[in-house]
Amino acid sequence: MIHSLFLINHSGDIFLEKHWKSVISHSVCDYFFEAKEKAVDPEDVPPVLQTPHHYLITVHRGKLFFLSVVQTEVPPLFVIEFLHRVADTFQDYFGECSESVIKDNVVTVYELLEEMLDNGFPLATESNVLKELIRPPTILRSVVNTLTGSSNVGDTLPTGQLSTIPWRRADVKYTNNEAYFDVIEEIDAILDKSGTTVFAEIQGVIEASVRLTGMPDLTLSFMNPRLLDDVSFHPCVRFKRWESERTLSFIPPDGNFTLMNYHVSSQNPVAIPVYVKQSISFFESGPCGRLDITIGPKQTMGKTVEALMVKIHMPKAVLSANLTATQGNYTYDLPNKVLVWDIGKLNPQKLPNLKGILSLQAGAPKPEDNPSLNIDLRIQQVAISGLKVSRLEMFGEKYKPFKGVKYVTKAGKFQVRT
Amino acid sequence: TTDNQNHPPIFELKAELNSDKKEKKKEAVKKVIASMTVGKDVSALFPDVVNCMQTDNLELKKLVYLYLMNYAKSQPDMAIMAVNTFVKDCEDPNPLIRALAVRTMGCIRVDKITEYLCEPLRKCLKDEDPYVRKTAAVCVAKLHDINAQLVEDQGFLDTLKDLISDSNPMVVANAVAALSEIAESHPNSNLLDLNPQTINKLLTALNECTEWGQIFILDCLANYTPRDDRESQSICERVTPRLSHANSAVVLSAVKVLMKFMEMLPKDLDYYGTLLKKLAPPLVTLLSAEPELQYVALRNINLIVQRRPEILKHEMKVFFVKYNDPIYVKLEKLDIMIRLASQANIAQVLAELKEYATEVDVDFVRKAVRAIGRCAIKVEQSAERCVSTLLDLIQTKVNYVVQEAIVVIKDIFRKYPNKYESVIATLCENLDSLDEPEARAAMIWIVGEYAERIDNADELLESFLEGFHDESTQVQLQLLTAIVKLFLKKPTETQELVQQVLSLATQDSDNPDLRDRGYIYWRLLSTDPVAAKEVVLAEKPLISEETDLIEPTLLEELICHIGTLASVYHKPPSAFVEGSRGVQHKRIPGNLGSGESVESPDNGSAAGVTEAPPAVIPSQGDLLGDLLNLDLTPPTTTGPPPISSGMQMGAMDLLGGGLDSLVGLRHNTERSFRSPSPPDYSPTEVGPGGHMGAGFGAPPAVMPASFNAPVSVGLDDLFDLGGGVGMPMGAFNPPKTVWLPAMKAKGLEISGTFVRRAGVIQMEMNLTNKAMSVMTDFAIQFNRNSFGLASAGPLQILTPLSPNQSIEAALPLSTVGPVMKMEPLNNLQVAVKNNIDVFYFSCQYPISMLFVEDGKMERQVFLATWKDIPNDNESQFQIKDCHLNSDAASNKLQSSNIFTIAKRTVEGQDMLYQSMKLTNGIWVLAELRVQAGNPNYTTILKSKQRITSLIIIHTVSERPFCTNWNLICYIL
Repeated sequence: MIHSLFLINHSGDIFLEKHWKSVISHSVCDYFFEAKEKAVDPEDVPPVLQTPHHYLITVHRGKLFFLSVVQTEVPPLFVIEFLHRVADTFQDYFGECSESVIKDNVVTVYELLEEMLDNGFPLATESNVLKELIRPPTILRSVVNTLTGSSNVGDTLPTGQLSTIPWRRADVKYTNNEAYFDVIEEIDAILDKSGTTVFAEIQGVIEASVRLTGMPDLTLSFMNPRLLDDVSFHPCVRFKRWESERTLSFIPPDGNFTLMNYHVSSQNPVAIPVYVKQSISFFESGPCGRLDITIGPKQTMGKTVEALMVKIHMPKAVLSANLTATQGNYTYDLPNKVLVWDIGKLNPQKLPNLKGILSLQAGAPKPEDNPSLNIDLRIQQVAISGLKVSRLEMFGEKYKPFKGVKYVTKAGKFQVRT
Repeated sequence: TTDNQNHPPIFELKAELNSDKKEKKKEAVKKVIASMTVGKDVSALFPDVVNCMQTDNLELKKLVYLYLMNYAKSQPDMAIMAVNTFVKDCEDPNPLIRALAVRTMGCIRVDKITEYLCEPLRKCLKDEDPYVRKTAAVCVAKLHDINAQLVEDQGFLDTLKDLISDSNPMVVANAVAALSEIAESHPNSNLLDLNPQTINKLLTALNECTEWGQIFILDCLANYTPRDDRESQSICERVTPRLSHANSAVVLSAVKVLMKFMEMLPKDLDYYGTLLKKLAPPLVTLLSAEPELQYVALRNINLIVQRRPEILKHEMKVFFVKYNDPIYVKLEKLDIMIRLASQANIAQVLAELKEYATEVDVDFVRKAVRAIGRCAIKVEQSAERCVSTLLDLIQTKVNYVVQEAIVVIKDIFRKYPNKYESVIATLCENLDSLDEPEARAAMIWIVGEYAERIDNADELLESFLEGFHDESTQVQLQLLTAIVKLFLKKPTETQELVQQVLSLATQDSDNPDLRDRGYIYWRLLSTDPVAAKEVVLAEKPLISEETDLIEPTLLEELICHIGTLASVYHKPPSAFVEGSRGVQHKRIPGNLGSGESVESPDNGSAAGVTEAPPAVIPSQGDLLGDLLNLDLTPPTTTGPPPISSGMQMGAMDLLGGGLDSLVGLRHNTERSFRSPSPPDYSPTEVGPGGHMGAGFGAPPAVMPASFNAPVSVGLDDLFDLGGGVGMPMGAFNPPKTVWLPAMKAKGLEISGTFVRRAGVIQMEMNLTNKAMSVMTDFAIQFNRNSFGLASAGPLQILTPLSPNQSIEAALPLSTVGPVMKMEPLNNLQVAVKNNIDVFYFSCQYPISMLFVEDGKMERQVFLATWKDIPNDNESQFQIKDCHLNSDAASNKLQSSNIFTIAKRTVEGQDMLYQSMKLTNGIWVLAELRVQAGNPNYTTILKSKQRITSLIIIHTVSERPFCTNWNLICYIL
């Protein structure tokens, strides 16, 4: 199982290590550094590396590498999932997952890692359980602790550890009982030069924020559950009920959690909210090129497209951009060769346009690669797949909770080829 | 300063730790831990910290435990001080404390402590609280890692097996996890004895345990072989809900179980179809996860589409590459796109591939261009479109795109002869821009093959001839063949040219392959041009559709290992996992049992490891075929042309024996081998083809003088082998040493070592390209050697090795190759070929690689044999500076397959009687004398075969517990 964990920053410093079995010298990371040298970008380092005596399995999160060392046959997905869970836990505890925050909370981090794995086997990875074992640091708590001498560590057996619902702690009490659900959809799409959809699918997720007293049993049903091609659930969801009735029935964890992920692609054509008219060309003679991009609304379900942004990865030879935007601002990040055009709200009456000249390095040949446009956008109050929650019921408790469902659609990996 | 606040000096901490105030103590321990985590040595505080352990403050206790786990190993005597508290805590009324104690005890990896652990652990395994039981289950695995014998003797394994039937699903899951881990180091223990009852228990627990527990249980289920298709179906039905789990590892483990068990279902069953349909969506969903997860998923999908293409045949689009996918994801997606390409979707695929060919990343672009060629070969209807796409790409004049395109067009010509030759003119236009050997070779092949249709073929080939000696071997060989073809097609105008190339190849080259091919052509042309035509211009076999499919038996095995590291590397699990001394080879539908070889002790010297060699990727032609490349149909099939006697010996041997005979040139004195001597002929001897003889002079009489295989490093080097290797557990594996320096091999550097895993000897190499050009077409061969080591498969280097790139390769070895005594005995002469040249080197393997797993002699047999062996066959040695006690030494040696048969203690001196068996069936017996307190051991080694010298070398590195043994014996 998982033998050791090393946390490494972008400049290649190992700033934390934890061993669950014997100590493995950090020189094992040299193999990783070698691979990192070779990679163009940090995210291009292969996640599984073989060394003479170990395997290194790495995930890249928030400018940090979580590198685990394994010595025996271990399912790599198991390790990768676990490492992401570690990063999630840090995020959850400290508000962000960065080197400085981890260094500031090093003892808590150690306590957490100790609780999360035993002999390389996962022990407690549910945020609810962990928070009962080790309380997250807050300014208030540390003041109180210093005054009263009380401890950061719970000394009773976490209730979740052994119940058949390990995700929920017992004796939850709230004065305001509320259950909110966010249906968030991301459109992954590739459009070709002419604007034709090469590929499109929707990745959906339902994020829940549930603060309910006692042991509530919830049922969430959809108007059109048959839209969903594939679903994966939080362990709390009763799969049999889904299979027979297509409703989500569950005792929720306390707090924020991901209720389900889903996937829509094959059955209905995916609506593409914007169209892009673009031409980027480089001249055969002379070190320059021309750029002209216009964006307009397509299938927006009658809503406004907001937070519209275009990112273009330019060929290496492009030195600067002299452009005019009818709306929003543009910046050209020279070291990374990325042109960003931040548009904002899309006004169907006056379509935003970006136009002008790109100057190239003198003497450089005409760029061979075509830049690709990445689009960011957001549409409030609609799930682009058309998915709708029809109702939410609660059993098992007497009080009346506040309930709410919010929809939002975003661009995921949304690309336009040129 | 802040640093001083966070990490105060030791004396300050010491004072604070001994403070009367609880709060101050706790803060001090926290500071100690903080210092420890940044790598400061705070071990001096051990007694002070341990003193804080007896507390009712749980946080303080946990912090002290953290410290203990970190330092106990370096302070074993101090660690014993903590034992009493552990024992007491295991009786605590609070289950959290009991569990914490049993959990921590197991993490203190000190041998001395383990015996104190047994009683508390036994209690905790039967604790009334399931939380304690589940923690204790893991503790058994920890203890087993430290002292396996103790765990067996104490009966903990049986208790652990009982826990599979525990009422609590979490306890079941942990018991399965612990047993699986123990089983990995215990191949034949049958620890996870699965029967329908246990399967039922596991399936029940599966629904109720944590996500991680589900992974353990699913992986365990995958090892089960259902009795019939009904049982198979019912297990599948209970596993399918796991496909909707949010944890991708659960999903993939479930896919493994389903993929394996559906093999047992009749294909006409409705349920079979249902199951197939259920598998696609979760696999597609895995591709929207984080890139690291995607990568592992893609590697597995690659296996799944080879085994059951129907599952994902409609899902082509999800594999389309996105601009910002990491490169490792892009390359995998491309691979799968080609596998899924069919007539139905080829238009889409081609449009995509063309798009990719204009991207930035060179590796990706190259692969995309190659993919277009593969599509042409795979989907016949698309060939024309692919060719025109490739022509478009050639028009872009992007250098590496043009070169890749030409390489794949050559393959298209081979698949569809006489169809697309009209494009040759366009190809010829780009001749000058080709600077990569593979592209040059491909172009030359095309010119030679279609010489009759290319008016200026002679000029084109002549232009290459100018820099003949600067070309890589691949190009030289191709040029030689192409010009001979040209000559056979247009004999009148090209005599001079062929004469020139033959003389370049035979006289001025020191590459044996090139020279020999030159001689063969020369001889053929001069004796029987008709036969030459038959041989050189013979009809070529068409190349197969898919060139890189995984060999079916390996694929079957990998399907059973979906989701594992083996599935990511597409290698059999036995080939590479450290510490798993006996991985069971899994087969669909039933298990073939373990891969251990079984042989009787009296086996003759020829008997070696009988395990079937690991599977072979078919696309890697055998070495010989590669050397002779595309054209030369082996003479045996077309009937060899008459060859004069002088040539015969050398030529035939070359063809029959491959490289090993070449390597043998210098060292091999026992075997009669004659280097190819120049054919003894004069112009009058020229064959019937009259006009041909005119220009032919006799080949030069100078023959290959010597192949300088670097003479092996002396024994002294071997003595150093063990130094400084820190392998706390497992068999002795020497570190990699440089075998072939880049200087001697045109930029190819090879370092390597030998390991024995799961009964298979492996040569693990690191190949580094320190040259400026890409290296491809690697192959390897050994000269005959003392123990018949031979490669059990081709050298699997599937991707070209770019400049400054390094690649790891593991070559499984068999011991059934030809035998010849070497000096020193463990010397191995190796030839490695690549597109540039053939290189020779020699290296030495530790004899301990040859000790087989079943080297444990029956006690009675041992006794009889020991007595039987005359004193002449005995040698005695001293082992210096070994600080292990006899049991630890015995364990250590056992991991190298040196088995202790009996132990006797006489006057404080332990005598261990040991046996080991070599792959060739020779038994060696040993007596190891260990005197308490004396770091020098004495060992006596005996064998029925006369042993002139038998040396045990042993080194102790600076770190504790890093003692290595290296056993080398010389047997006459």
